[in-house]
Amino acid sequence: MATELRRPRVLTGGEAVAHAMRQIDPDVVPVYPITPQTPMIEGFARFVAEGKAGGEIVNVESEHSAMSAAVGAALAGARTMTASSSQGLALMAEVVYIAASMRAPIVIALGNRALSAPINIHCDHSDSMLVRDSGAVQLFVENAQEAYDVMVMAPRIAEHPDVLLPVLVCQDGFTITHSAEPVVLLEDEEVRSFVGEYRVPYSLLDLDRVTTQGPFAMPDYYYELKYQQAAAMTAALRVLEQVSDELAVLTGRRYGALEPYRLDGAERAIVCLGSTAGTVKDVVDELRAEGERVGLLRICAFRPFPFERARAALRGVEAVAVLDRSDSPGGWPPLAAEVATALYGLPVQLRSYVYGLGGRDLHAREIREVARDVTRLDREPTYVGLRGPRCRG
Amino acid sequence: MPRLKTLVRREGGVPPLRGGHSLCQGCGIPMVVRTVLGSIETPAVVVSATGCLEVATTRYPTTAWTVPWLHVAFENAAAVASGVETAYRVLRRRGALPQADPITFVVFAGDGGTYDIGLQALSGALERGHRFLFVCYDNQAYMNTGVQRSGATPRAASTTTSPAGLESFGKVQERKDMTAIAAAHRIPYVAQAAASHWQDLGEKAARAAAADGPSFLNVLTDCPLGWGHEPRISAWIVNAAVESCLWPLYEVVEGRYRLTYRPKKVVPVEEWLRPQARFRHLFRPEARELLDAIQRRLEEDWAALLARCEADAASFDARPTQRS
Repeated sequence: MATELRRPRVLTGGEAVAHAMRQIDPDVVPVYPITPQTPMIEGFARFVAEGKAGGEIVNVESEHSAMSAAVGAALAGARTMTASSSQGLALMAEVVYIAASMRAPIVIALGNRALSAPINIHCDHSDSMLVRDSGAVQLFVENAQEAYDVMVMAPRIAEHPDVLLPVLVCQDGFTITHSAEPVVLLEDEEVRSFVGEYRVPYSLLDLDRVTTQGPFAMPDYYYELKYQQAAAMTAALRVLEQVSDELAVLTGRRYGALEPYRLDGAERAIVCLGSTAGTVKDVVDELRAEGERVGLLRICAFRPFPFERARAALRGVEAVAVLDRSDSPGGWPPLAAEVATALYGLPVQLRSYVYGLGGRDLHAREIREVARDVTRLDREPTYVGLRGPRCRG
Repeated sequence: MPRLKTLVRREGGVPPLRGGHSLCQGCGIPMVVRTVLGSIETPAVVVSATGCLEVATTRYPTTAWTVPWLHVAFENAAAVASGVETAYRVLRRRGALPQADPITFVVFAGDGGTYDIGLQALSGALERGHRFLFVCYDNQAYMNTGVQRSGATPRAASTTTSPAGLESFGKVQERKDMTAIAAAHRIPYVAQAAASHWQDLGEKAARAAAADGPSFLNVLTDCPLGWGHEPRISAWIVNAAVESCLWPLYEVVEGRYRLTYRPKKVVPVEEWLRPQARFRHLFRPEARELLDAIQRRLEEDWAALLARCEADAASFDARPTQRS
């Protein structure tokens, strides 16, 4: 296969996204700069400036306008992408909901970053969790290679006629966006034929088939329209697996809704999102070598959440530790809440651990402690790596 | 130059905005929409901000629109139009449009969606130079939500959030000059118009649509509910704003100011104020000073505008206005 002949390049996650965008060659890219998203849009702007991508960047005056312009462009029939982080996504949030409701298949590359206050530029997942219920697909990646691969998959998922929803490709700010790793790119032609053409079902610019888009709906119709969105999200889970299969044929790398790692015969499992999985895999290897039966379940699709597959993957495990890189004060952290739902009724003990808010590092030592601590009964989330009285991790 | 016959013929029996919508009796908005769209030569694609026009014309699953129409939210109509216009140019370049027709992109937003919550997106879109026509139907308050004061509400108007009362003469602040704000972006075409002067409005819409870049029309329209006047005097009351020089009709072409209508006999602003319930308190004896201040302010603004137009008159004679 050609795959083995391809030489990897050393790219950051942000640069890998810019390459994916160059190869996908979207028509319209409205963007507003924010750390740590900037390498994505700067990289893409250089490609456009050099004529290596033929679409147009709209340098708007805010993220709210970035997402608004993206909705307009997508409904007018343009393949549309944008990128953001943190406060930028928070400002976009209103329009992320509308994009999902208007079924605008916009791909949003996200460099996950903590939300203010205090203002902080480093990674956590609070930003994408803010739009958790927007109806946008959320795919979390582990490294720069996956950021590239999932970006290539994203338009196929977003634009599928059964889906037509925005897709957020979430990579950890700095940990992935700014860390250089070997990344194998596909050939430009392969990407182009993989993503194909975007065909908008109802183009706003079609003068023969005139449409009214974004109308006012009262209680007699609103509910049905919202249900259609929920159904589209269910379809996205199936489409994600199909597109993953197709990409695997090209690359030999497959990403579905989740990735089990050494869960066979595991007594204890750790569940997490994003780049943390890399460190957890090392710790799992060490613990396995020491004879401890520990495994990992990495969730790739936070929306749609793969409840059935997660339940199947964790069935038989005695205790599950869920690592959340965001919190829900007064409630359970978002990933823990979903995993608890997936495991409901199974004789599995579940504990919730919050870690890494605002970019605080999570050390291998702490993951080992979590893996040992998980069987202890406690309903409250534990804050790993926190200084002060609640520090237990 | 649009005439009534031309406007009607161009609609070909299919107005861009059909009847059957639920805008109020006496509302000036549909007049503005039909005059503007009827004066544009090319097919139009419309973007609306949230507001009376959007709510009253698109109740799902019905629509009053026969031209393509898009609404996304309140504050972002100009940003949405930026995306649509960019998509149009890129898709045309790539040969991927459904039809090859040239299209004029027109945004309709109320004063809330223009002066206030929509100002940032509008300013950004004007600065970027997207080719679209932004039409503000300015009825001087948040009428859709029940007559709350906006940045366009004139001083002393009583609204539900700036009510007149024993201790209050209505809104304390002056309205902002949105037409001047748009002109400060140095876009090719900016104009102030009124629903009562449909021919002037139509000519301005045609010139705005022909401009090579963004254009902005600030159009005064009444609101029988919010202004508190009888629906049957809709055109008359807007006309009074023009005849009193409270709402001058002018255009700013490539930065040069030109008056497009000069009242033959200027009437006192009281003529405009008196029939409106929102200004009723101004006719209490203790409000005399405020009433005088409103008249004085209006005269100062009018004099400044005349001076500006006279200064630019020479350059207008030398370089004729671009026509569609």
